[in-house]
Amino acid sequence: MRAIPAVALLLASLACHAETPQQIRQIYVSAAAGQPAGFTPSAQRGDAFFRQRFAINDKMPGCTSCHTDSPLNAGQHAVTGKNIRPLAVAANAERFSDPAKVEKWFGRNCKEVVGRACTPAEKADFITYLSEVR
Amino acid sequence: MKRIFLIALLGSAFPAMAHRLPMPANAPASYQAECSSCHMAYQPALLPANDWRKLMAGLNEHFGSDATVDPKNGAEINAFLERNGGDPKRLGSAGTPPRITQTRHFTHHHHEVPPKFWRDPRVKSAANCEACHSAAAKGNYSEHDIAIPELRE
Repeated sequence: MRAIPAVALLLASLACHAETPQQIRQIYVSAAAGQPAGFTPSAQRGDAFFRQRFAINDKMPGCTSCHTDSPLNAGQHAVTGKNIRPLAVAANAERFSDPAKVEKWFGRNCKEVVGRACTPAEKADFITYLSEVR
Repeated sequence: MKRIFLIALLGSAFPAMAHRLPMPANAPASYQAECSSCHMAYQPALLPANDWRKLMAGLNEHFGSDATVDPKNGAEINAFLERNGGDPKRLGSAGTPPRITQTRHFTHHHHEVPPKFWRDPRVKSAANCEACHSAAAKGNYSEHDIAIPELRE
């Protein structure tokens, strides 16, 4: 819980700048560092989280519902059908460059799909996977 | 005789211009930023002002999703939509909650579309204008520029 104000402050300080995915990820790593001690972000855990199916929303059981099985591909909104540009940084250089946008979509999508806020560790793993997948 | 013929020919071209629906020039950047991720940024003329107001007041329950925006952007977007809303007499009632696809204006223009086209996975929903009107975001809904022939295969 204490991590939330820290994350918010760190993000606010970066809000006006474009950042790299690594810088944004580092915010969450720092916040997660207090939680299991010695946390290191993992692309493999991020990959597993990306593919996990949650039991909250039957139209959107997981990230893949909109972003498809490969984040390198364009996706499609599960309800409206709207085209969604790829989520992987390798396919879309704009991803994870705007801290406010990253937090906004974690906030919305975790609530809607996972049913709760994602932890800083989950966010760090997620960004790591999407920064590295080719 | 030739002049009358020419004028009649030109006059018959005007109805095609009725399907140009550009985004107003004064659209705030927040409208695209906040309202074009899950569906296209609909041109404000597609709903009357009071229906836009209803939608913006109920964003926490926006067709099954929580689409709330921060108060500053929300006020800016709401003002833009109300200022540029369409003519309610021409559009007809949008229902509750207001849906562009429920207006008489929409149903009249789409009454020839077979129900199965709306369910085609390439379309998915009548809210997905761009599936058939690929230049919808630029305001081009011309019936001569539609991708429907692909759906007929």
